[in-house]
This record gives sequence, C-alpha cells and structure tokens, in this order.
Amino acid sequence: MNSRIRGGGLSTLVFLLPLLLVFGIFSWIPIGRAVLMSFQETNLVTPSTFVGLQNFRDVLADPLLWTAIKNTLYFAFLALLFGYPVPLLAAVVMSEVRRFKGLYSALAYLPVVIPPVVAVLLWKFFYDASPSGVFNTILGAVGIGPISWLQDSAIAMPSLVLEATWAAAGGTVIIYLAALTGVSTDLYEAAEIDRASIWRKVWHITLPQLRGILLVTFILQIVGTAQVFLEPFLFTGGGPANSTTTLLLLIYDYAFANSLGGEYGMATALSIMLAVVLGVLSAIYFRVTRGWSKS
Amino acid sequence: MSRGIISPSEWLRPGVRRTTRGVHAVLLVLLFVIGLGPMLWLAKAAITPTQDTLRSPLALWPHGMDWANLATAWTRVEVDKYFLNTVALAAGSWLVQLLVATTAGFALSVLRPRYGKVITGVVLATLFVPSVVLLVPLYLTIVDPPLLKVSLINSFWAVWLPAGANAFNILLVQRFFDNLPREVFEAARVDGAGPFRLFWSVVLPMSRPILGVVSVFAIIAAWKDFLWPMLVLPDPDLQPLSVRLPALQRFVELDVFLAALAISTVIPVVLFAVFQRFFLKTGALQGAVKG
Repeated sequence: MNSRIRGGGLSTLVFLLPLLLVFGIFSWIPIGRAVLMSFQETNLVTPSTFVGLQNFRDVLADPLLWTAIKNTLYFAFLALLFGYPVPLLAAVVMSEVRRFKGLYSALAYLPVVIPPVVAVLLWKFFYDASPSGVFNTILGAVGIGPISWLQDSAIAMPSLVLEATWAAAGGTVIIYLAALTGVSTDLYEAAEIDRASIWRKVWHITLPQLRGILLVTFILQIVGTAQVFLEPFLFTGGGPANSTTTLLLLIYDYAFANSLGGEYGMATALSIMLAVVLGVLSAIYFRVTRGWSKS
Repeated sequence: MSRGIISPSEWLRPGVRRTTRGVHAVLLVLLFVIGLGPMLWLAKAAITPTQDTLRSPLALWPHGMDWANLATAWTRVEVDKYFLNTVALAAGSWLVQLLVATTAGFALSVLRPRYGKVITGVVLATLFVPSVVLLVPLYLTIVDPPLLKVSLINSFWAVWLPAGANAFNILLVQRFFDNLPREVFEAARVDGAGPFRLFWSVVLPMSRPILGVVSVFAIIAAWKDFLWPMLVLPDPDLQPLSVRLPALQRFVELDVFLAALAISTVIPVVLFAVFQRFFLKTGALQGAVKG
C-alpha cells in the first residue's frame, strides 16, 4: 500500500458493482453470446444447437446480402460525396466570420438537434412525389420535375443520403470549427512574408493542418454510414425493389421481421462479419487519435 | 481576437473585404434556408389546415390558421402520453448512466484497485464493438434476463439498464477524475472521511462540469433512440414519441400529424437555444473522442 487512498477492499467492490452488473449483463455477456450464437441454431422454444459455419454459409448464399452490401457501399459513397466537402468548406469560410459567428454555427447545428425520427418523417412529406409536394413545388418553379423522390429506385438512395447529410452535416462543421482554432497562425504570417494569396494559404497551410481531423471524420462517417438504419427503415422500408436495403436493415429483417421467430443465428453471423470490418476501421481511428494527443 | 487566414493587411484591401463579406452573406442566407427553413415550415404547417398544406405547401396561411391542431395532437392523439414516456425513458437512462459512470470512475480513478487496469481495459474494448452486434443477443437477454425470472419486454428497465453500459461515459468521467488534485482526497482522508463520504462530499461536487457533459449526451441519446425502444416496448401505451410517430402517420390526419412532429421538436430545440454554447462545445468534443 503506497497511498492511504488505495482500494482493494470491500468498499471498492461496492463502487464497482453498478459497472460490473450493467456491463456484465448488458454488454460483455451479450457480446460473448453474439459470437456463440453465430455458430448456433437459436429459437426461443428449444435449446440452441451448434451448427458450425452453417449460419455464415446461409448469409453468404443469400442473394440479398450482396444487394445490401452494394447498397450500403453506395450509401457510404454518396454520403462522402455530399457530406464530406461541404462542411469543410463551410467551416473554413465560417472561421473567418468576424460578426455573429455564433449565429452561423447555431444555424448550422440546428438540424442536428431535431430528433432523427421527426426529421425523416418531415422529409418524407417534403419528398412527396406529386407536383404539389414541397420539393417538387420548389423545383417546379424553375421548370424541373416532378421527381418521384422515394418511388424511383434510381433516385431513392440519393434522396435518403440527402436527408441524412442535412441531419448530420452541422455536427461535422462544429468539429472542423474547433479544429480550425488550433491551426497555428505563425505559418500564416510566414506565408504572408512570401506574399502567398489567401487561396494558397488555405490550400498549403490550413488544410494540411487539418489532416488528422479529416481522417477521423472520414472514418467516423464510414463507421456511421455502414450502420445506417433509420433512413431506409422509415423512408422506404428497403424498397423500391430492394434498392435501399442496407446491411442493418437486412440484419433487422433476419431477426425481427418474421413474427413467428427470427433467424437469430443468421442475424448474429452477419452482424459479426460487419463488426470485424468496422473494428479494423476503428482500430485505425484510435491509432490516429492517439497519435495526435501525444503531439 | 486572434488572427485567421486573412491577414489584417489583406483585410484593408477593398476587393478582399467585399468578396469576403459577400461570401459570408451568401453563406448566412443558405444556413437560414437549410438550417432554420424546415423547422419554420414545420411550425407553420402545425397550425395550417390539411388542405392548405397539401395544395400549396409553400403559401403562408391561404385560409387562416388552425390552432386546434396542436390541442388535438396533444389530447386526442395522446401525444401527451408518448411525450411523458419519452421524458421517463430519458430521465431513467440519465440516472442509470450517471450512477454507473460516477461510481465506476471513482473506483477506478480515485480508489485505484490493483485490478483496475483490467476492468478499464475490458470496458474500453467495448468501444470497438459496434452496437449492431449487441442487437440480437441483448434482445434475447431482455426477453429472458439472468437473475430475474421475468421478461423485461414492455418494461422501461429494458431501456434504462442497457443505457448504463456506455463505455464512452466511463472514459470521459475517468479522464476527468484522473485530473482532480489527489492532495484534496488525502486531506479528506486525514480528516476521517471514508470512501463513501469522499465520493459524495468531495469528488461529486468537484465534478459538475463532466456530469453536465455526460447528462447532455445521455438525454440527447435517449430522446433520439428509436430502434431499441421499438424492439423492447411493443406496447403502444409505453412507447416514446420517436417510436410512436411513424405509426401515428398511418391513422392521423396530416395537419394533426405535423402538429405532433412540431411538438416533439420543441423540447430539444429549446434545450439547444438555452445551452447553445455548451452544445456546440460538447458537439466538438464528441468528434474528438467518440468511436
């Protein structure tokens, strides 16, 4: 005992009890059970039996899996296309605002505050396919449309991503704004002595210093979009013609769509495969963030 | 104010100043339309008759306002009940999260038992496990929980308890407690304070800032949650707004439905308006640590 405050006794265990109980029952055991269940045939009536790799084979043989992978990658790609450059550009411009800066960031963050379910249901109404739908009225004024936002299998996914980007972009803007305050200003002064233009300063000084945070938001976005559920579930239910069935929707369908009892084994097998891929990405993320907190 | 990308001498050039101001004005207008526009539209639609909203969604009250929508949504559609359910779910999750995070943080950062590192490691390891992995086994745990012989389906505990297993909270609280001055603890100990006294009268009062952060995260997460409460609360009488709203859409008239959407948005927006600085600061923090 090197210090007078050193636990190891009973009182320490009392303090750890909530953690051990809650994490044990609702995190550690279920994680272990997920691994176990992926090798088992489970239903709620008879005891589980081991079936080896059968669940994994069933999942990999499901033609819908490849559709779901394709759709999820497409969602992630579109989300990067819409949602990656815009918040960065907005944050760089906003960092130079001299008056009412708070107003800018509050407005940008407002969509993040709206409950996601409300946002999706509201946008579902905006996406009304008739010429008098909200978006179609706006586009109609400039002679475009009407567009079947959610009913056309080629447009449904971009529509989902548009709403998801609107809902999330404000959070990314705030992260970039915080990172921009950490950009060292000495380099700007040095660049001015070399008569560098404003654009060159942004390109050669600001952006390179944001490299770390750009990688982090990139990975966060991939990990987040790989688990997208709410938008396809509420907007389209996976349709039309499975064009918006994502991996999480497929897992949900395996486990819970059939009220007579789900394919729990297949659902856990697929979620474990997804988790392994995402785990690798988060490991990269943690390495990177640890890298910066040292510097 | 510290200097930014544009230097003071560049700012003196009229061309630079005009362009910058122009860009800023355009951005401000865009932010108003994109950030505030949908919400203002919802506020308007909440007090507009259905026919007006359908025929001319962008017109401003062609046939007057219909304040009754809000009252109808609140009473006849029972938004009040779902609203209270949401509050109850958020409050319980918040309490459980605070209890677990503060006691665990205290044990691991202040009492520091020898096996503490192992526990911290196992807790942090769960950050790497995406929540989707837990979906099915956690659901089966709720259907048939260990220790209890009763299914927790259709019980608020099914939402409250799993909310406590949040490794991110433990990480935040532990980091904060690690930085508290240990001399204060030693002094309290010399004055005869036991661990419980130390926890309640010394450590907790010193940790208001971090408790605020954890509270905001907890309440927002509970307010937003959809999939999990939908799975474990199949009884409509127990469901929160987020779960109930999509179902309401099917049998409630449009103007009343939009009024219900507007009501569900009020509390988060008011919280944001009041604690704006705090939200924006913790929002940035979330990006810096969350996995």
